[in-house]
Amino acid sequence: MKFIRNILDSVKPHVQKGAKFHFMHSMYDAADTLFFVPNTVTKSGSHIRDGVDMKRSMFVVVIALIPALLFGMWNTGQLHFQSLGQEVDIMDAFLYGLLKVLPIIAVSYGVGLGIEIAFAQGRGHEVNEGFFVSGMLIPLIVPVSTPLWMVAIAVAFAVIFGKEVFGGTGMNIVNPAILTRAFLFFAYPQSMSGDSVWIAENAHKVDSITGATPLAELTAGHGPMFAGADLSPLEMLIGNYPGSIGETSTIAILIGAAILLYTGVASWKVMFSFIGGGLVMGLIFNAFAANAYMELPAWEHLLLGGFAFGAVFMITDPVTATQTEVGKWIYGFFGGLIAILVRVVNPAYPEGVMLAILFMNIFAPLIDHYVVESNIKRRLKRAKVATN
Amino acid sequence: MSKQIKIKKGLDLKLAGAAEKKTKSLNLKNYALKPTDFHGLFPKLLVRVGDKVKAGSPVFFDKYRDNIIFTSPVSGTITDVIRGEKRKMLEIRIEADGNDSFETFKQADPKSLKKEEVIDELLKSGVWPVIRQRPYTVIANPADQPKAIFISGFDTAPLAADIDYILEGKEKEFQTGLDALSMISDAKIHLNLGPNSKAPALVNAKGVEINSFSGPHPAGNVGIQIHHIDPINKGDIVWTVNAADVLTIGRLFLEGKYNADKMIALCGSEIKNPQYYNVKSGVEMGGLLKDQLKSDHVRVISGNVLTGTKVDRSGYLSFYDKEVTVIPEGDVYEFFGWLIPSPKKHSFYRTAFSWLTPNKVYKPNTNVNGGERAFVFTGALEKVLPMDIYPIQLMKAIMAEDIDMMEQLGIYELDEEDFALCEYISTSKINMQELIRKGLDMMRIEMS
Repeated sequence: MKFIRNILDSVKPHVQKGAKFHFMHSMYDAADTLFFVPNTVTKSGSHIRDGVDMKRSMFVVVIALIPALLFGMWNTGQLHFQSLGQEVDIMDAFLYGLLKVLPIIAVSYGVGLGIEIAFAQGRGHEVNEGFFVSGMLIPLIVPVSTPLWMVAIAVAFAVIFGKEVFGGTGMNIVNPAILTRAFLFFAYPQSMSGDSVWIAENAHKVDSITGATPLAELTAGHGPMFAGADLSPLEMLIGNYPGSIGETSTIAILIGAAILLYTGVASWKVMFSFIGGGLVMGLIFNAFAANAYMELPAWEHLLLGGFAFGAVFMITDPVTATQTEVGKWIYGFFGGLIAILVRVVNPAYPEGVMLAILFMNIFAPLIDHYVVESNIKRRLKRAKVATN
Repeated sequence: MSKQIKIKKGLDLKLAGAAEKKTKSLNLKNYALKPTDFHGLFPKLLVRVGDKVKAGSPVFFDKYRDNIIFTSPVSGTITDVIRGEKRKMLEIRIEADGNDSFETFKQADPKSLKKEEVIDELLKSGVWPVIRQRPYTVIANPADQPKAIFISGFDTAPLAADIDYILEGKEKEFQTGLDALSMISDAKIHLNLGPNSKAPALVNAKGVEINSFSGPHPAGNVGIQIHHIDPINKGDIVWTVNAADVLTIGRLFLEGKYNADKMIALCGSEIKNPQYYNVKSGVEMGGLLKDQLKSDHVRVISGNVLTGTKVDRSGYLSFYDKEVTVIPEGDVYEFFGWLIPSPKKHSFYRTAFSWLTPNKVYKPNTNVNGGERAFVFTGALEKVLPMDIYPIQLMKAIMAEDIDMMEQLGIYELDEEDFALCEYISTSKINMQELIRKGLDMMRIEMS
């Protein structure tokens, strides 16, 4: 480690203001603070500070995503070979998926971090860790067959127009990862929906495997089907059916949820109220039960599509969620409610989680406004009581 | 009616180097008055270098409130006036002559005096500045009518000097001080005790309302106590006095002189023998720290680690402080320090592992442990701020200089120290106490 410190120290003078490579200062800074916690000491206020910083907190989210990522890689390979009618062992399936998914991760991080560093340099800020998480979320919420150039364009759009124009991490209104997904969905719908995008190199060798997601089957009036048969709840839990790379396995997502809740990085209030909202809407539809989608038991909604992934990793993004504790209940509940509403009622697109979260992101400041307003009213009332 | 209040939110930090309950008297030579200890003060000197002063002789006064004067804690000679940028007055140094000659003031039972006489004695002797007002935490204006006077009888800050120990055997001084305070206004005096407060001076105090508080830090902060008993609304004024400073008021009337004696705790992980000392207000660090430091690379703090002021090793004790804390400096690089769980670091969060060892005693240094970021995570600050206040929204209002919003969100109720724990746990490493002070200063200018 002394060796790395020496290298960093020898580079340092060349990236300072006025030096030849000053344009690389932010990049140097990102590397420096990645390897070492800087030697800055407190100058004002409290003389001691907590041992945890933004990097560590964000890193916990990345760790929580790893089970979903690993499962997604295996599932990618498994579905590919299954569609060809071949039986392969776990490692072969995983390796195939790894080779398919890694390029998407590389493009997501490369483009996103590149833009982050450029903006940090321009603003004279330190590089924020926000994209640490977004860069991992994005590969998990797109279909595996998404062309890399599309990923690159969507990431660039989301980071610049979703985040940097507002001032960077902490200032953004909508979740950059969801915005990436929405951009892809509206700009390239043929690559984001339909039956042919969810399985890598889908050759349709085996007739029974159409490549449609269970939600698409439901919209078409069938049950939650895959490979010619209704999915059992256990299969929904395990997640070996087509979908975006990281969204299918409820078990892998639950492991991530356990990590986030245990460490307190994600708000349990948002997470549980989102699930509650989804259940309530599902039950309302069950009461009417006018078609196959409405008949789907409310709790099975939670296991299918992007609902679990959205509840654990997306709606809980602290920057775009409501920031007041009361607001978090309202925010999560309506998020879940709208997700299932859009999912079932919208005829064109069988999923509603993405749109629901985008919608709630935009309403979060309004919810907060009213919660804070009630605090202000309470204070004014107290003052009036005191003067009477 | 006295109240019992249980504070649930907060955080007790357990640090190494707590002061042992034994006391040594130190007669040191150098003292200083520091105008920077008093917010919003414009000092005007009344002495010159070389002048002889007695204990209680005026040294400077507030340019905008000329009845508020500051007096020498010892008899001796003015040796130096230290100025900083723009000739800002930083220190007026006084070398004690060891004669202990005092200016004389009225020696009388404050209850037998008129309100004006008590106020006049406090002002003349330079004891008045121990009375501060909320909002803004500035020296009280004697012409104001406060709605209450608050005294916190316990301190929950890390390594804080034990007020029970300081008040031991000083029942008479304390009660006389309380009597004097009861004369200067019609307001009710609230004396707030902690779960372990046992000192007879506190428990048997007369003429005051005794409330009891329990819970983690910041339960001992007077601002938190005010919030739970008689919160400050727009236009309200509450006066606060440190319990230890009540003794100074009491001695003024018992002895008829400004007796600047003070018991302080010398504590922190870098002190060889942490214990209590009898000194005088404004005492030099040099003599106090002599042969006491474990290492050379340390930070000396007048006050506690959360709210104290960094002072030079040759600096002086600040006016309101009752402890000196010395901790290691943290200007070292730490290889993957953000990732590798270090058993040496304490954290409020479960993303590190210190919560597994809740009784462990830590030796933190002054490293920030990260870089400054925007607000990202929410819901944590509220857990260490036992007030009905939205911390992030208030801080954003201050950043945006939105005066109306600051007022609506309750800035009048706050002091910097109430945000010290928020600042400690912030993963964004934002200097919140500085920000709150900026907001308070803005409000004060706006309202004057």
